[in-house]
Amino acid sequence: MSIGAVAAAGLRSLSGGRGTPPAVIWVPALFVGAALLLPLVYLVVRTFDAGGDIWDLLFRQRIGTILLRTILLVVTVTGASILLAVPIAWLTTRTDLPLRRVWVVLSALPLVIPSYVAGFIVIAALGPRGMLQQALDGPFGIDRLPDIHGFVGALLTLTFLSFPYVVLTVRAALLRIDPALEESSRILGRGNWTTFFSVTLPMLRPGIAAGGLLVALYTLSDFGAVSLLRYETFTWAIFIQYESALDRTLGAGMSLSLVILALAIVGLELFSRGRARYYSSTTSISRPPSTIRLGRWKWPALAFCGIVVAVSLVAPMSVLFYWVVRGISAGEPFNLVWTAVGNSVYVAALAATAAVIAALPVAALSVRYPGVLSGFLERLSYIGFALPGIAIALSLVFFGARYAPPLYQTTGLLLLGYVVLYLSPALGAVRTSLLQISPRIEEAARGLGNSPLRAFSSVTLPVARPGLMAGWALVFLLVMKELPATLILSPIGFNTLATSIWSNASEAFFARAALPALLLITASAVPLAFLMLRERR
Amino acid sequence: MSTSANKGIRFWGIIALFLTAVFLSACGGSDGDAGSLTVYSGRSETLVGPLIDRFKEYTGIDVSVKYAGTPQLAATLLEEGDNTPADVFFAQDPGGLGAVAGMLSTLEEDVLTKVPQWAVSSDGVWVGISGRARTVVYNTDTLTPNDLPDDLEGFTDLKWKGRLGWAPTNASFQTMVTAMRSMWGDQRTVQWLENIQANDPKVYPKNTPIVSAAASGEIDVGLVNHYYLHRFLAEQGDSFSARNYHPPAGGPGAIVMVSGVGILEESDNKDNAQQFIDYLLSDISQKYFVEETYEYPLASGIPVAEGVSPLSEINNPDLSSSALSDLEGTQALLREAGIIP
Repeated sequence: MSIGAVAAAGLRSLSGGRGTPPAVIWVPALFVGAALLLPLVYLVVRTFDAGGDIWDLLFRQRIGTILLRTILLVVTVTGASILLAVPIAWLTTRTDLPLRRVWVVLSALPLVIPSYVAGFIVIAALGPRGMLQQALDGPFGIDRLPDIHGFVGALLTLTFLSFPYVVLTVRAALLRIDPALEESSRILGRGNWTTFFSVTLPMLRPGIAAGGLLVALYTLSDFGAVSLLRYETFTWAIFIQYESALDRTLGAGMSLSLVILALAIVGLELFSRGRARYYSSTTSISRPPSTIRLGRWKWPALAFCGIVVAVSLVAPMSVLFYWVVRGISAGEPFNLVWTAVGNSVYVAALAATAAVIAALPVAALSVRYPGVLSGFLERLSYIGFALPGIAIALSLVFFGARYAPPLYQTTGLLLLGYVVLYLSPALGAVRTSLLQISPRIEEAARGLGNSPLRAFSSVTLPVARPGLMAGWALVFLLVMKELPATLILSPIGFNTLATSIWSNASEAFFARAALPALLLITASAVPLAFLMLRERR
Repeated sequence: MSTSANKGIRFWGIIALFLTAVFLSACGGSDGDAGSLTVYSGRSETLVGPLIDRFKEYTGIDVSVKYAGTPQLAATLLEEGDNTPADVFFAQDPGGLGAVAGMLSTLEEDVLTKVPQWAVSSDGVWVGISGRARTVVYNTDTLTPNDLPDDLEGFTDLKWKGRLGWAPTNASFQTMVTAMRSMWGDQRTVQWLENIQANDPKVYPKNTPIVSAAASGEIDVGLVNHYYLHRFLAEQGDSFSARNYHPPAGGPGAIVMVSGVGILEESDNKDNAQQFIDYLLSDISQKYFVEETYEYPLASGIPVAEGVSPLSEINNPDLSSSALSDLEGTQALLREAGIIP
């Protein structure tokens, strides 16, 4: 009998018998849900305030074409990211690959490169007359490269920016899989490859789906890269409304359409999760897995990791470094704002903590008491991630300035904005790790006389730690580079690295933009490295 | 057992610490009790930050500035409505000011007369601070000014096929199209747009990448604002292979647009706001715009920066701000032509 069938039967019988969730879970979950609803309410108000002719503007052939182009990009970027990320996640958790933790940190860092910076870099480096062409011109006499603008450029840029989502979620899943399952497979005579494909990979499905969903929604919500690389997507069209047209009605109407598209993608992910059960029946899950010896495969594996890191991190950083050096030699003034570094790290750490805390009740609900409410909250969280930052920001301006003036333009409201935007990355990671903890462990703890809350915090949480850390790291990196909501919602006079990069890059001061960009990458690496190095072996 | 209990305690400890931090940071944000001014600046901190710092020093007024894009700030102001904390809106272009014109108060006559008539709003709610010219940027390896047409009409010629770059979603470009509509009429404007479209222009999101692309030879000519070139020259030296060209026959391709400033009707600090505008129009600020942002001074006879063509050499049609105000009509027209979404 297949694992899936047994698992499905198990889950059905368990969820039926567990009754209603305790108040300590559903009350905070409802609060989180209310916050997530704000942008939707705002968009509905803006769209329907305007009257009829918005529908003519929404249902045009141009919009249909843009929709198809968007779907094409989302599907290809997601597929390519999974292909890059799963091998890296597996190599760094299951094998004796040298410098495993270093690869993990390096392969997570591209996430922190703002997409508009990546766009500028790709054009400067790979453009028809860019740096690569200049290098090839001498020896080979190539005076023009094929145009990087368009689909290929957008696919390349977004894939190398977003594959780390999948690395992080799949790693968290791999760290939680009971190694006994893989070991049994090997004892029963299956080789490493067969074990990977028949045991590990199916168990990884939730991790891959969670990461893939983030890549898909990130691609859906990106503006910086697609606008610079001239690939017209739905979010591009929305930004154009806010950017040049100042048309809040059409912008809101298009954002609502984007929500529907995002929900369709989320539906696919929920479908792909199936009804399987992903925990094992024993409690030995924190035992380290046995390490697979790569042998002569070590070199190709190292080369693979090396190439991915070289393209996604070393190359962009080199271009930034080159801009800084060129600026210095031209006598550009650099005024380094250390407060921007401090502000970025401070607000990103707070937001990451807030997002993980907000994700806990929703994840607990969704894993232990799956039902209408949990499904609704999960879908809501993905909407926040898929919507352009400007739409989320304006919705909080709308509510903040009107109904909560003391909170308006404070760090508190900024944090709320970040939680609405980035709850789903945290939720994906937290949920995946909770999934792999058998409810029987909690039941046992409660059987010994502990309250549900105490059972959760003393038994479940410590075991879920890798997932929580992955979620925290993801949100931290995302907030470090977040721009549109930061610009609008931050307290007056609040500078971050992302805002100083933007301030300089938008005025074509590349050298002055490149320095904070390098600092952004470095400042993100420190806490990330700390987290990864503390990870339990 | 004891280790798991410790972990539980640690978890709640983290939550408590976190809540304290949020509480403290929420309390931290307060503004001074007297002599303050809140500016929403659509001009970036890189450009105007030092200037505003100097104003702070001179006057002792506690200025707080929110920096973001002009359209985003305009949208924010519209959502905030009467609850806006802003006293002054300093915008990159007249379009942003026009969008919130209903929230601005009328400026005093002596402020409005400090700059040329074409550089103030027709209803007197905003005043221009600095000038920015539309121009043609060209690659100096492949072209000389003699190869370039007298006005924008010339780029509809087939010999420019695939060689031109433009940024139709950019606010300055759209202002230029508005100028075109008031000088040429809608019909001829649509014709021009269609002819350019037929010439396969390369579409860019904004001016900066157009200037880069013209210098690298990715395109031969681009329709941009004048000052970006000078920033590239400052960063990369004179070997940067692009220069500006101001169409000698004038027309919409040679208009001078303004960045401008207005005072919010709901402001409680109108006197300070007034001082701020006076300061921006003073010689010292006008000189700053000339030297640091390579723009045109509007309120004094200071000569332009080295390398920038003086206004007297540009055939500016001096269109009034009301001739440039119908942004909505321009966008409808561009949408109709399939140029913007």
